[in-house]
Amino acid sequence: MLEFKNISYSYHTKTGETAAVSGLSFKIEKGQFASVIGPSGCGKSTILSMAAGLITPSSGEIVKGSGEAGYMLQRDALFEWRTVEQNIFLPLEIKKRNTPEMREKALALAKKYGLGEFLKKSPSQLSGGMRQRAALIRTLAAEPEILLLDEPFSALDYQTRLEVCDDVQAIIKSEKKTALLVTHDISEAIALSDKVIVLSPRPAHVIAEHPVSFANNPKSRRNDSRFAEMFEVLRTELGI
Amino acid sequence: MKNKMNFSGEHLAYLKKQKRKKILVISLRWIILAAVLGLWELLTFLKVADPFITSSPSRVIKTLGSLYASGELFRHVGITLGETLAGFFIAVILGYSIALVLWSSQTVRAVAEPYIVVLNSLPKIALGPLIIIWIGTGYTAIIFMTVIVAIILCIMNTLAGFLAVDPTKLTLMKAMGASRRATLAKLVIPASLPALMNTLKVAVGLAWIGSIMGEYIVSRAGLGYLIVYGGQVMKLDLVMTATFILCVLAGCMYGVIALIEKIVVKQF
Repeated sequence: MLEFKNISYSYHTKTGETAAVSGLSFKIEKGQFASVIGPSGCGKSTILSMAAGLITPSSGEIVKGSGEAGYMLQRDALFEWRTVEQNIFLPLEIKKRNTPEMREKALALAKKYGLGEFLKKSPSQLSGGMRQRAALIRTLAAEPEILLLDEPFSALDYQTRLEVCDDVQAIIKSEKKTALLVTHDISEAIALSDKVIVLSPRPAHVIAEHPVSFANNPKSRRNDSRFAEMFEVLRTELGI
Repeated sequence: MKNKMNFSGEHLAYLKKQKRKKILVISLRWIILAAVLGLWELLTFLKVADPFITSSPSRVIKTLGSLYASGELFRHVGITLGETLAGFFIAVILGYSIALVLWSSQTVRAVAEPYIVVLNSLPKIALGPLIIIWIGTGYTAIIFMTVIVAIILCIMNTLAGFLAVDPTKLTLMKAMGASRRATLAKLVIPASLPALMNTLKVAVGLAWIGSIMGEYIVSRAGLGYLIVYGGQVMKLDLVMTATFILCVLAGCMYGVIALIEKIVVKQF
Protein backbone atom coordinates (compact mmCIF):
# COMPACT_ATOMS: atom_id res chain seq x y z
CA MET A 1 0.00 0.00 0.00
CA LEU A 2 0.92 3.62 -0.38
CA GLU A 3 -0.55 6.65 1.25
CA PHE A 4 0.13 10.35 0.68
CA LYS A 5 -0.95 12.49 3.63
CA ASN A 6 -1.28 16.20 2.94
CA ILE A 7 1.87 16.33 0.80
CA SER A 8 3.37 19.54 -0.53
CA TYR A 9 6.41 19.98 -2.72
CA SER A 10 8.08 23.04 -4.22
CA TYR A 11 10.74 23.38 -6.88
CA HIS A 12 13.46 25.93 -6.40
CA THR A 13 15.09 27.64 -9.35
CA LYS A 14 17.05 30.85 -9.70
CA THR A 15 13.98 32.74 -10.84
CA GLY A 16 11.83 31.59 -7.97
CA GLU A 17 9.87 28.95 -6.19
CA THR A 18 7.19 26.86 -7.87
CA ALA A 19 4.67 24.94 -5.83
CA ALA A 20 4.28 21.68 -7.76
CA VAL A 21 2.15 19.80 -5.28
CA SER A 22 0.05 21.19 -2.46
CA GLY A 23 -2.12 19.39 0.11
CA LEU A 24 -2.14 16.14 -1.82
CA SER A 25 -3.71 13.13 -0.14
CA PHE A 26 -4.66 9.74 -1.54
CA LYS A 27 -4.35 6.10 -0.65
CA ILE A 28 -3.72 2.97 -2.66
CA GLU A 29 -4.62 -0.41 -1.17
CA LYS A 30 -2.45 -3.46 -1.52
CA GLY A 31 -2.95 -5.14 -4.91
CA GLN A 32 -4.74 -2.12 -6.30
CA PHE A 33 -3.89 -0.64 -9.70
CA ALA A 34 -4.36 3.11 -9.43
CA SER A 35 -3.89 5.79 -12.05
CA VAL A 36 -3.19 9.44 -11.60
CA ILE A 37 -4.31 11.76 -14.36
CA GLY A 38 -4.02 15.47 -14.57
CA PRO A 39 -3.33 18.34 -16.93
CA SER A 40 0.17 18.30 -18.36
CA GLY A 41 2.79 19.93 -16.18
CA CYS A 42 0.69 19.48 -13.04
CA GLY A 43 3.41 17.66 -11.16
CA LYS A 44 2.43 14.06 -11.88
CA SER A 45 6.01 12.84 -12.24
CA THR A 46 6.92 14.66 -9.03
CA ILE A 47 4.44 12.45 -7.21
CA LEU A 48 6.18 9.32 -8.48
CA SER A 49 9.60 10.70 -7.63
CA MET A 50 8.39 11.25 -4.07
CA ALA A 51 6.84 7.78 -3.91
CA ALA A 52 10.15 6.31 -5.13
CA GLY A 53 12.06 8.28 -2.54
CA LEU A 54 14.07 10.20 -5.13
CA ILE A 55 12.89 13.50 -3.68
CA THR A 56 11.56 14.38 -0.24
CA PRO A 57 8.29 16.27 0.17
CA SER A 58 8.49 19.81 1.57
CA SER A 59 5.78 18.84 4.05
CA GLY A 60 3.38 16.02 4.76
CA GLU A 61 3.90 12.31 5.24
CA ILE A 62 4.20 9.37 2.86
CA VAL A 63 3.26 6.02 4.35
CA LYS A 64 4.68 3.06 2.50
CA GLY A 65 4.63 -0.67 3.00
CA SER A 66 7.79 -2.40 4.08
CA GLY A 67 8.81 -3.40 0.56
CA GLU A 68 10.63 -1.46 -2.08
CA ALA A 69 9.27 0.45 -5.03
CA GLY A 70 10.05 -0.50 -8.62
CA TYR A 71 10.18 2.36 -11.08
CA MET A 72 9.22 2.08 -14.73
CA LEU A 73 10.01 5.08 -16.86
CA GLN A 74 8.75 6.74 -20.02
CA ARG A 75 11.41 5.05 -22.07
CA ASP A 76 12.46 1.49 -21.42
CA ALA A 77 16.06 2.53 -20.59
CA LEU A 78 17.41 -0.91 -21.41
CA PHE A 79 21.22 -0.95 -21.55
CA GLU A 80 22.29 -1.69 -25.12
CA TRP A 81 25.59 -3.22 -24.07
CA ARG A 82 23.85 -5.87 -21.99
CA THR A 83 21.75 -8.76 -23.22
CA VAL A 84 18.08 -8.84 -22.26
CA GLU A 85 18.93 -11.33 -19.53
CA GLN A 86 21.71 -9.15 -18.11
CA ASN A 87 19.33 -6.20 -18.19
CA ILE A 88 16.83 -8.14 -16.15
CA PHE A 89 19.54 -9.00 -13.60
CA LEU A 90 20.58 -5.35 -13.24
CA PRO A 91 18.43 -4.53 -10.17
CA LEU A 92 19.64 -7.72 -8.49
CA GLU A 93 23.25 -6.62 -9.00
CA ILE A 94 22.56 -3.12 -7.76
CA LYS A 95 20.66 -4.27 -4.70
CA LYS A 96 23.28 -6.94 -3.97
CA ARG A 97 20.70 -9.67 -4.19
CA ASN A 98 22.28 -11.39 -7.15
CA THR A 99 21.81 -14.89 -5.81
CA PRO A 100 21.12 -17.98 -7.94
CA GLU A 101 17.60 -18.20 -6.49
CA MET A 102 16.76 -14.61 -7.35
CA ARG A 103 18.20 -15.01 -10.84
CA GLU A 104 16.21 -18.21 -11.27
CA LYS A 105 13.01 -16.42 -10.22
CA ALA A 106 13.69 -13.54 -12.59
CA LEU A 107 14.33 -15.92 -15.46
CA ALA A 108 11.17 -17.87 -14.69
CA LEU A 109 9.25 -14.60 -14.80
CA ALA A 110 10.82 -13.67 -18.13
CA LYS A 111 9.98 -17.06 -19.60
CA LYS A 112 6.46 -16.98 -18.23
CA TYR A 113 5.82 -13.73 -20.05
CA GLY A 114 7.28 -14.73 -23.39
CA LEU A 115 10.81 -13.38 -23.21
CA GLY A 116 12.43 -16.82 -23.11
CA GLU A 117 13.73 -16.82 -26.64
CA PHE A 118 15.04 -13.23 -26.39
CA LEU A 119 17.11 -13.61 -23.21
CA LYS A 120 20.48 -13.80 -24.96
CA LYS A 121 19.61 -11.13 -27.49
CA SER A 122 20.53 -7.49 -27.41
CA PRO A 123 17.68 -5.06 -26.65
CA SER A 124 18.11 -3.50 -30.08
CA GLN A 125 16.86 -6.75 -31.61
CA LEU A 126 13.52 -6.44 -29.79
CA SER A 127 10.39 -4.63 -30.92
CA GLY A 128 9.18 -1.61 -28.95
CA GLY A 129 6.53 -3.70 -27.23
CA MET A 130 8.96 -6.46 -26.28
CA ARG A 131 11.44 -3.90 -24.96
CA GLN A 132 8.79 -2.44 -22.65
CA ARG A 133 7.96 -5.95 -21.50
CA ALA A 134 11.64 -6.61 -20.77
CA ALA A 135 11.73 -3.35 -18.81
CA LEU A 136 8.74 -4.54 -16.77
CA ILE A 137 10.36 -7.90 -16.03
CA ARG A 138 13.52 -6.03 -15.01
CA THR A 139 11.41 -3.96 -12.60
CA LEU A 140 9.70 -7.08 -11.24
CA ALA A 141 12.98 -9.01 -10.86
CA ALA A 142 13.83 -7.24 -7.61
CA GLU A 143 10.37 -8.20 -6.28
CA PRO A 144 9.16 -4.70 -5.50
CA GLU A 145 6.09 -4.29 -3.34
CA ILE A 146 4.73 -1.46 -5.43
CA LEU A 147 5.26 -0.51 -9.07
CA LEU A 148 5.54 3.12 -10.05
CA LEU A 149 4.79 3.65 -13.72
CA ASP A 150 5.70 7.01 -15.21
CA GLU A 151 3.84 7.14 -18.53
CA PRO A 152 5.61 3.96 -19.57
CA PHE A 153 3.69 3.73 -22.83
CA SER A 154 3.99 7.29 -24.05
CA ALA A 155 6.99 6.63 -26.28
CA LEU A 156 5.22 3.87 -28.22
CA ASP A 157 3.14 4.24 -31.37
CA TYR A 158 -0.63 3.97 -30.87
CA GLN A 159 -1.10 0.38 -31.96
CA THR A 160 1.85 -0.97 -29.96
CA ARG A 161 0.71 1.15 -27.08
CA LEU A 162 -2.74 -0.43 -26.83
CA GLU A 163 -1.17 -3.85 -27.01
CA VAL A 164 1.61 -3.18 -24.52
CA CYS A 165 -0.44 -1.38 -21.90
CA ASP A 166 -2.96 -4.24 -21.77
CA ASP A 167 -0.06 -6.65 -21.64
CA VAL A 168 1.73 -4.84 -18.83
CA GLN A 169 -1.47 -4.49 -16.84
CA ALA A 170 -2.19 -8.21 -17.19
CA ILE A 171 1.30 -9.10 -15.94
CA ILE A 172 1.06 -6.73 -12.99
CA LYS A 173 -2.38 -8.09 -12.09
CA SER A 174 -1.34 -11.70 -12.34
CA GLU A 175 1.72 -11.03 -10.19
CA LYS A 176 -0.65 -9.36 -7.70
CA LYS A 177 1.43 -6.21 -7.47
CA THR A 178 0.27 -2.82 -6.30
CA ALA A 179 0.74 -0.22 -9.01
CA LEU A 180 0.59 3.53 -9.37
CA LEU A 181 0.42 4.72 -12.97
CA VAL A 182 0.89 8.32 -13.97
CA THR A 183 -0.54 9.20 -17.36
CA HIS A 184 -2.09 12.01 -19.35
CA ASP A 185 -4.18 9.54 -21.33
CA ILE A 186 -7.72 9.36 -19.94
CA SER A 187 -8.68 6.19 -21.80
CA GLU A 188 -5.54 4.42 -20.68
CA ALA A 189 -6.32 5.29 -17.07
CA ILE A 190 -9.88 3.99 -17.29
CA ALA A 191 -8.94 0.84 -19.16
CA LEU A 192 -6.17 -0.24 -16.81
CA SER A 193 -7.06 0.88 -13.31
CA ASP A 194 -9.10 -0.09 -10.30
CA LYS A 195 -9.10 3.54 -9.30
CA VAL A 196 -8.54 6.80 -11.16
CA ILE A 197 -7.27 9.80 -9.22
CA VAL A 198 -7.83 13.17 -10.90
CA LEU A 199 -5.45 16.00 -10.12
CA SER A 200 -5.93 19.74 -10.37
CA PRO A 201 -3.57 22.00 -12.33
CA ARG A 202 -0.40 23.01 -10.48
CA PRO A 203 -0.05 23.02 -7.50
CA ALA A 204 -1.54 19.56 -7.73
CA HIS A 205 -4.12 18.22 -5.32
CA VAL A 206 -6.80 15.57 -5.71
CA ILE A 207 -10.07 16.83 -7.19
CA ALA A 208 -11.78 13.48 -7.54
CA GLU A 209 -11.31 9.75 -7.12
CA HIS A 210 -13.22 7.25 -9.20
CA PRO A 211 -13.25 3.54 -8.52
CA VAL A 212 -13.54 1.60 -11.78
CA SER A 213 -15.30 -1.69 -11.37
CA PHE A 214 -17.12 -2.47 -14.62
CA ALA A 215 -15.80 -5.20 -16.93
CA ASN A 216 -12.69 -6.98 -15.76
CA ASN A 217 -10.10 -6.50 -18.44
CA PRO A 218 -8.92 -3.52 -20.47
CA LYS A 219 -10.29 -4.78 -23.77
CA SER A 220 -13.84 -5.44 -22.63
CA ARG A 221 -13.74 -2.22 -20.65
CA ARG A 222 -12.96 -0.22 -23.77
CA ASN A 223 -15.97 -1.84 -25.46
CA ASP A 224 -18.30 -1.19 -22.53
CA SER A 225 -20.78 1.67 -22.75
CA ARG A 226 -19.76 2.88 -19.29
CA PHE A 227 -16.28 3.57 -20.67
CA ALA A 228 -17.53 6.53 -22.68
CA GLU A 229 -19.58 7.83 -19.76
CA MET A 230 -16.61 7.76 -17.46
CA PHE A 231 -14.42 9.33 -20.12
CA GLU A 232 -16.84 12.27 -20.28
CA VAL A 233 -16.83 12.67 -16.49
CA LEU A 234 -13.04 12.70 -16.31
CA ARG A 235 -12.76 15.00 -19.28
CA THR A 236 -15.05 17.51 -17.61
CA GLU A 237 -13.13 17.31 -14.38
CA LEU A 238 -9.91 17.97 -16.21
CA GLY A 239 -11.57 20.90 -17.92
CA ILE A 240 -10.72 19.80 -21.44
CA MET B 1 6.22 -15.53 -53.23
CA LYS B 2 9.59 -14.51 -51.92
CA ASN B 3 12.17 -17.19 -51.45
CA LYS B 4 14.19 -16.68 -48.27
CA MET B 5 17.28 -18.47 -49.51
CA ASN B 6 17.55 -16.98 -52.97
CA PHE B 7 17.75 -13.27 -53.49
CA SER B 8 15.67 -11.75 -56.24
CA GLY B 9 17.40 -10.57 -59.38
CA GLU B 10 16.84 -6.99 -58.31
CA HIS B 11 18.56 -7.57 -54.99
CA LEU B 12 21.51 -9.31 -56.66
CA ALA B 13 21.90 -6.36 -58.98
CA TYR B 14 21.85 -4.06 -55.96
CA LEU B 15 24.54 -6.07 -54.18
CA LYS B 16 26.65 -6.10 -57.33
CA LYS B 17 26.34 -2.35 -57.63
CA GLN B 18 27.40 -1.84 -54.02
CA LYS B 19 30.39 -4.10 -54.51
CA ARG B 20 31.41 -2.30 -57.68
CA LYS B 21 31.24 1.02 -55.86
CA LYS B 22 33.53 -0.27 -53.13
CA ILE B 23 36.06 -1.58 -55.64
CA LEU B 24 35.97 1.75 -57.44
CA VAL B 25 36.68 3.69 -54.23
CA ILE B 26 39.58 1.43 -53.24
CA SER B 27 41.16 1.42 -56.67
CA LEU B 28 40.81 5.21 -56.97
CA ARG B 29 42.66 5.59 -53.68
CA TRP B 30 45.60 3.55 -54.96
CA ILE B 31 45.53 5.23 -58.35
CA ILE B 32 45.78 8.68 -56.80
CA LEU B 33 48.71 7.60 -54.63
CA ALA B 34 50.49 6.00 -57.59
CA ALA B 35 49.80 9.04 -59.79
CA VAL B 36 51.21 11.50 -57.23
CA LEU B 37 54.30 9.40 -56.60
CA GLY B 38 54.75 8.72 -60.32
CA LEU B 39 54.39 12.37 -61.31
CA TRP B 40 56.79 13.38 -58.53
CA GLU B 41 59.37 10.85 -59.72
CA LEU B 42 58.87 11.83 -63.36
CA LEU B 43 59.22 15.57 -62.75
CA THR B 44 62.46 15.10 -60.82
CA PHE B 45 63.72 12.60 -63.40
CA LEU B 46 63.07 15.10 -66.21
CA LYS B 47 64.74 17.79 -64.07
CA VAL B 48 61.58 19.89 -64.19
CA ALA B 49 61.75 19.90 -60.40
CA ASP B 50 65.07 20.02 -58.60
CA PRO B 51 65.41 16.81 -56.53
CA PHE B 52 67.74 18.67 -54.20
CA ILE B 53 64.76 20.78 -53.15
CA THR B 54 61.85 18.40 -53.67
CA SER B 55 63.54 15.01 -53.16
CA SER B 56 61.85 12.13 -55.00
CA PRO B 57 60.29 8.74 -54.26
CA SER B 58 63.39 6.86 -55.43
CA ARG B 59 65.64 9.02 -53.28
CA VAL B 60 63.36 8.46 -50.30
CA ILE B 61 63.66 4.70 -50.80
CA LYS B 62 67.43 5.02 -51.09
CA THR B 63 67.61 7.09 -47.89
CA LEU B 64 65.39 4.56 -46.17
CA GLY B 65 67.78 1.83 -47.28
CA SER B 66 70.88 3.60 -46.03
CA LEU B 67 69.21 4.44 -42.70
CA TYR B 68 68.32 0.80 -42.36
CA ALA B 69 71.83 -0.35 -43.31
CA SER B 70 73.45 1.91 -40.73
CA GLY B 71 71.04 0.68 -38.06
CA GLU B 72 69.85 4.24 -37.50
CA LEU B 73 66.35 3.62 -38.85
CA PHE B 74 64.95 1.60 -35.97
CA ARG B 75 66.71 3.72 -33.39
CA HIS B 76 64.98 6.89 -34.58
CA VAL B 77 61.66 5.18 -35.20
CA GLY B 78 61.85 3.41 -31.84
CA ILE B 79 62.57 6.60 -29.93
CA THR B 80 59.76 8.62 -31.50
CA LEU B 81 57.30 5.73 -31.32
CA GLY B 82 58.20 5.15 -27.66
CA GLU B 83 57.73 8.82 -26.80
CA THR B 84 54.45 9.00 -28.68
CA LEU B 85 53.02 5.84 -27.13
CA ALA B 86 54.13 6.78 -23.62
CA GLY B 87 52.63 10.27 -24.01
CA PHE B 88 49.48 8.85 -25.54
CA PHE B 89 48.84 6.35 -22.75
CA ILE B 90 49.66 8.80 -19.98
CA ALA B 91 47.39 11.43 -21.55
CA VAL B 92 44.50 8.99 -22.03
CA ILE B 93 44.72 7.36 -18.60
CA LEU B 94 45.32 10.59 -16.71
CA GLY B 95 42.71 12.44 -18.82
CA TYR B 96 40.14 9.72 -18.17
CA SER B 97 40.80 9.79 -14.44
CA ILE B 98 40.52 13.57 -14.29
CA ALA B 99 37.28 13.39 -16.29
CA LEU B 100 35.93 10.90 -13.73
CA VAL B 101 36.68 13.31 -10.91
CA LEU B 102 35.06 16.16 -12.83
CA TRP B 103 32.01 14.00 -13.56
CA SER B 104 31.53 13.11 -9.92
CA SER B 105 31.05 16.69 -8.73
CA GLN B 106 29.32 19.57 -10.42
CA THR B 107 31.10 22.00 -8.13
CA VAL B 108 34.54 20.71 -9.06
CA ARG B 109 33.46 20.90 -12.70
CA ALA B 110 32.39 24.51 -12.38
CA VAL B 111 35.62 25.43 -10.62
CA ALA B 112 37.81 23.67 -13.19
CA GLU B 113 36.01 24.94 -16.29
CA PRO B 114 37.88 28.23 -16.91
CA TYR B 115 41.23 26.51 -16.38
CA ILE B 116 40.41 23.84 -18.89
CA VAL B 117 39.14 26.39 -21.42
CA VAL B 118 42.32 28.47 -21.16
CA LEU B 119 44.64 25.46 -21.23
CA ASN B 120 42.77 24.15 -24.24
CA SER B 121 43.22 27.37 -26.19
CA LEU B 122 46.86 27.87 -25.15
CA PRO B 123 49.33 26.87 -27.88
CA LYS B 124 51.31 24.29 -25.94
CA ILE B 125 54.51 25.09 -27.81
CA ALA B 126 54.62 28.33 -25.83
CA LEU B 127 55.59 26.17 -22.87
CA GLY B 128 58.71 24.93 -24.73
CA PRO B 129 61.32 27.01 -22.86
CA LEU B 130 59.69 26.25 -19.52
CA ILE B 131 59.70 22.54 -20.23
CA ILE B 132 63.40 22.60 -21.14
CA ILE B 133 64.32 24.51 -18.00
CA TRP B 134 62.10 22.54 -15.65
CA ILE B 135 62.36 19.05 -17.05
CA GLY B 136 65.54 19.11 -19.09
CA THR B 137 66.21 17.95 -22.61
CA GLY B 138 65.72 14.20 -22.30
CA TYR B 139 62.84 11.97 -23.40
CA THR B 140 60.84 13.01 -20.36
CA ALA B 141 60.55 16.51 -21.75
CA ILE B 142 59.21 15.21 -25.05
CA ILE B 143 56.79 12.85 -23.34
CA PHE B 144 55.66 15.74 -21.15
CA MET B 145 55.03 17.82 -24.26
CA THR B 146 53.05 14.95 -25.81
CA VAL B 147 50.94 14.63 -22.66
CA ILE B 148 50.07 18.32 -22.40
CA VAL B 149 49.18 18.48 -26.07
CA ALA B 150 46.82 15.50 -25.87
CA ILE B 151 45.44 15.52 -22.34
CA ILE B 152 43.05 18.49 -22.42
CA LEU B 153 41.16 17.00 -25.32
CA CYS B 154 41.10 13.62 -23.56
CA ILE B 155 39.57 15.25 -20.50
CA MET B 156 37.00 17.27 -22.42
CA ASN B 157 35.92 14.47 -24.76
CA THR B 158 35.61 11.74 -22.16
CA LEU B 159 33.82 14.11 -19.77
CA ALA B 160 31.38 15.02 -22.55
CA GLY B 161 30.83 11.28 -23.01
CA PHE B 162 30.09 10.81 -19.31
CA LEU B 163 27.71 13.75 -19.23
CA ALA B 164 25.88 12.58 -22.36
CA VAL B 165 24.62 9.45 -20.59
CA ASP B 166 20.85 9.15 -21.01
CA PRO B 167 19.18 10.90 -18.02
CA THR B 168 16.40 8.28 -18.03
CA LYS B 169 18.99 5.59 -17.37
CA LEU B 170 20.49 7.69 -14.56
CA THR B 171 17.05 8.07 -12.98
CA LEU B 172 16.57 4.35 -13.28
CA MET B 173 19.83 3.68 -11.43
CA LYS B 174 18.91 6.21 -8.77
CA ALA B 175 15.47 4.67 -8.31
CA MET B 176 17.14 1.27 -7.83
CA GLY B 177 19.21 2.85 -5.09
CA ALA B 178 22.50 2.49 -6.95
CA SER B 179 25.57 4.02 -5.31
CA ARG B 180 27.67 6.53 -7.21
CA ARG B 181 30.23 3.82 -7.74
CA ALA B 182 27.72 1.31 -9.11
CA THR B 183 26.27 3.98 -11.40
CA LEU B 184 29.75 4.63 -12.70
CA ALA B 185 30.70 0.98 -13.18
CA LYS B 186 27.44 -0.32 -14.56
CA LEU B 187 26.16 2.66 -16.50
CA VAL B 188 28.45 5.62 -17.10
CA ILE B 189 31.64 3.78 -18.09
CA PRO B 190 30.05 1.26 -20.46
CA ALA B 191 27.66 3.86 -21.93
CA SER B 192 30.54 6.21 -22.71
CA LEU B 193 32.76 3.60 -24.39
CA PRO B 194 32.00 4.93 -27.89
CA ALA B 195 33.03 8.41 -26.74
CA LEU B 196 36.26 6.96 -25.33
CA MET B 197 37.00 5.29 -28.66
CA ASN B 198 36.50 8.59 -30.48
CA THR B 199 38.79 10.25 -27.97
CA LEU B 200 41.49 7.66 -28.60
CA LYS B 201 41.30 8.32 -32.33
CA VAL B 202 41.80 12.05 -31.94
CA ALA B 203 44.37 11.59 -29.19
CA VAL B 204 46.57 9.51 -31.50
CA GLY B 205 46.91 12.43 -33.88
CA LEU B 206 47.57 14.85 -31.03
CA ALA B 207 50.18 12.53 -29.48
CA TRP B 208 52.11 12.57 -32.76
CA ILE B 209 51.90 16.36 -32.89
CA GLY B 210 53.16 16.52 -29.31
CA SER B 211 56.09 14.15 -29.74
CA ILE B 212 57.30 15.70 -33.01
CA MET B 213 56.87 19.20 -31.57
CA GLY B 214 58.84 18.09 -28.52
CA GLU B 215 61.59 16.73 -30.71
CA TYR B 216 61.72 19.99 -32.66
CA ILE B 217 62.46 21.78 -29.43
CA VAL B 218 64.85 19.54 -27.54
CA SER B 219 65.79 16.22 -29.09
CA ARG B 220 69.00 14.54 -30.20
CA ALA B 221 67.30 11.60 -31.93
CA GLY B 222 63.95 10.56 -33.36
CA LEU B 223 61.96 11.29 -36.48
CA GLY B 224 61.26 14.91 -35.50
CA TYR B 225 64.97 15.35 -34.92
CA LEU B 226 65.71 13.90 -38.40
CA ILE B 227 63.29 16.38 -39.95
CA VAL B 228 64.78 19.38 -38.15
CA TYR B 229 68.33 18.23 -38.78
CA GLY B 230 67.56 17.43 -42.44
CA GLY B 231 66.08 20.88 -42.88
CA GLN B 232 69.05 22.61 -41.30
CA VAL B 233 71.63 20.89 -43.51
CA MET B 234 69.40 20.97 -46.62
CA LYS B 235 69.08 17.18 -46.77
CA LEU B 236 65.53 17.20 -48.09
CA ASP B 237 65.72 13.45 -48.72
CA LEU B 238 66.01 12.94 -45.00
CA VAL B 239 63.08 15.28 -44.32
CA MET B 240 60.87 13.49 -46.83
CA THR B 241 61.90 10.04 -45.59
CA ALA B 242 61.15 10.87 -41.97
CA THR B 243 57.83 12.41 -42.99
CA PHE B 244 56.99 9.29 -44.98
CA ILE B 245 57.76 7.05 -41.98
CA LEU B 246 55.56 9.29 -39.81
CA CYS B 247 52.67 8.90 -42.24
CA VAL B 248 53.00 5.12 -42.12
CA LEU B 249 53.27 4.96 -38.31
CA ALA B 250 50.39 7.37 -37.68
CA GLY B 251 48.24 5.47 -40.16
CA CYS B 252 49.04 2.14 -38.48
CA MET B 253 48.27 3.46 -35.00
CA TYR B 254 44.95 4.87 -36.18
CA GLY B 255 44.23 1.53 -37.82
CA VAL B 256 44.87 -0.36 -34.58
CA ILE B 257 42.49 1.91 -32.68
CA ALA B 258 39.83 1.69 -35.37
CA LEU B 259 40.10 -2.09 -35.08
CA ILE B 260 39.78 -1.98 -31.27
CA GLU B 261 36.78 0.30 -31.67
CA LYS B 262 35.14 -2.13 -34.05
CA ILE B 263 35.49 -4.92 -31.49
CA VAL B 264 34.51 -2.88 -28.43
CA VAL B 265 31.62 -0.89 -29.82
CA LYS B 266 30.02 -3.81 -31.63
CA GLN B 267 27.16 -4.00 -29.13
CA PHE B 268 26.15 -0.38 -29.51
